[in-house]
Amino acid sequence: MSRTAVQHQQNKPTDPTPPPTDSLSGRTLPRWAPLGFAAGAIALGCGLGAAAGWQSEIQWGLVSAIFFVVLSYVTTSLVENRRQAKDRLATSVVWVCFILAVVPLFSLIWVTVSRGIKVFDGYFLTHSMAGVPGFEAGGGVYHAIIGTLEQVGLATLVSVPIGLLTAVYLVEYGGGALAKAVTFFVDVMTGIPSIVAGLFILSIMLLFELSPSGLMGALALAILMLPVVVRSTEEMLKLVPNELREASLALGVPKWRTIVKVVIPTALGGITTGVMLAIARIAGETAPIMLLVFGSQLINANPFEGAQSSLPFYIWEQYRVGSEASYDRAWAAALVLIAFVMLLNLVARGIARWKAPKTGR
Amino acid sequence: MASTTPVDAPPPPSPPTQPLDAKSGSTGRAGDKIFLGLSRGSGILLLVIMASIAAFLAYRASVAISQDEGNFLTTFDWNPAGNPPVFGIAVLLFGTIVSSLIAMVIAVPVAVGIALFISHYAPRRLAAPIAYVVDLLAAVPSIIYGIWGALFLVPYLEGLNLWLDEFFGWTYLFEKTEIGVARSLFTVGILLAIMILPIVTSVSREVFLQVPKINEEAALALGATRWEVIRMAVLPFGRSGVISASMLGLGRALGETMAVATVLSPSFVISLHLLNPGGGTFAQNIAAKFDEANELGRDALIASGLVLFILTLLVNGAARLIIARRKEYSGANA
Repeated sequence: MSRTAVQHQQNKPTDPTPPPTDSLSGRTLPRWAPLGFAAGAIALGCGLGAAAGWQSEIQWGLVSAIFFVVLSYVTTSLVENRRQAKDRLATSVVWVCFILAVVPLFSLIWVTVSRGIKVFDGYFLTHSMAGVPGFEAGGGVYHAIIGTLEQVGLATLVSVPIGLLTAVYLVEYGGGALAKAVTFFVDVMTGIPSIVAGLFILSIMLLFELSPSGLMGALALAILMLPVVVRSTEEMLKLVPNELREASLALGVPKWRTIVKVVIPTALGGITTGVMLAIARIAGETAPIMLLVFGSQLINANPFEGAQSSLPFYIWEQYRVGSEASYDRAWAAALVLIAFVMLLNLVARGIARWKAPKTGR
Repeated sequence: MASTTPVDAPPPPSPPTQPLDAKSGSTGRAGDKIFLGLSRGSGILLLVIMASIAAFLAYRASVAISQDEGNFLTTFDWNPAGNPPVFGIAVLLFGTIVSSLIAMVIAVPVAVGIALFISHYAPRRLAAPIAYVVDLLAAVPSIIYGIWGALFLVPYLEGLNLWLDEFFGWTYLFEKTEIGVARSLFTVGILLAIMILPIVTSVSREVFLQVPKINEEAALALGATRWEVIRMAVLPFGRSGVISASMLGLGRALGETMAVATVLSPSFVISLHLLNPGGGTFAQNIAAKFDEANELGRDALIASGLVLFILTLLVNGAARLIIARRKEYSGANA
């Protein structure tokens, strides 16, 4: 606190001229110095890149980043001292890290939107790929959207009750060895690769000679969704104040009614958020669908029989065809999928924010 | 059940409470029993699912391995349809571990940097939105990372590969001996790094935010710069958290399917020339070979999936144990 205050006093009067060498706080760089370093580094990086004819902006960016870090370290160690220079070095490295992370996200979203918008229209959303050769333009994602909605819906129907009850067990009844084991395996289950969940259902399918269908894919998705639901519900139930439970029990309400009527309604907002985030996570899973639902070009609204498609699987399929028209379709489908997932995320977090302040303090 | 007793506990000797107690108690107890049974049953079901995943995979894998004419662990080939059927996981194990390690080497320092940025460097008002944006990175489906990587990132990495070959070719790792686009284990590693950034970041961030304020303020009061505060107070406190965060990230990277399947051009060779196209991972191999697999081929893929399952189980279990041990002594999570 006091350190920054000293800096402030130092900076204001001495901006244009070199600061008087005060024994307490030496010379300091002006506040805009990092910005200046960044501008200089970017100019240098781009200049060098353009001059030397490097092919990709990745090289330009990396060179600029290195210049930025070096420039701020060297200047600070010249003007201020070694300790300040190290501090500045750490700060600039951290900033570079942050930008390194943000660039791919924006690039990803920009590429998806700009390429996806090409064939994205009402026709694309309301038609299937029936009778459209993969390498030709035309066709749409209607069948895939139906597949995704049904499979995700079924997976939700299976996993939410089980997950909810498991979380209730862990929070309201747990404490023994069983609860400990369940907690541990829920954590471990979170890390199961989606393709392994797919292989598990596949081995059951092989054993009972079942044929691929949307339901099989949904079961694999349910396995992936279950630990996420348990985890988030558990966190939410833990946030419900004990006073509420005690008040209800003191009125003579049986424990199960207390849970159903008091505990769960109190945590409902958070639970909904958790479930929606879990749905957003499984909606983009491709691997289990590939193994268990097989994919289809036609509209199949019955998830219990016959092959279906799904949005992520459709993207994969179109990518594999490898023609310009199919790439366009893949990007447009990616746009639909990303919009769906982001929308779920935003709504979920909105609900979380809206319902949040009931518990804290 | 135990907690309903306090209701009728205060007046134990008086007889009039008897009928009331019987009425509410009986309905309550039956409902309680059913509810407890249901919720405990769900918990047990979850354990059963985990056990049966292991059991089913192991069963199909044993069927496959018994028919394998090569050595399952050391064969450099995947030909379960051949006569005799020969397949082995050596290449897949190598590719999986190498690509995940590359991802870790890139992602962990950057993620720690971002976590520090959010917890200690970013302007207060920006910190929350930035954390949110980083979390959004995690919500992007892997297939979209895949086509982005294959159609956008791969051409852009050509230049970087050229450099690495030119300046670091002497390290052997970065020597590019084959001509071809950048569909290599190295590119896969970069893509995986981008994909695991959010999880490593968010777990590390949580830990950094838990650092006792008083330690940081003590360091500041002694005149430490911000970096010195982080080095002396924040990083030592957060070390085990960062380790477990990176292991969670490693678990993700090991099992990633679609991003690898779209970007890598697979081949059954083991090569430490990371920039050469080729190699393979467990998940990618399953995705690529499943379509044309026969009965034995599917079982063989399930066998490789079992190895992947065990691998991720070990990594995730270790990460969780580290976190659990931390919680005990930090007292952060009451």
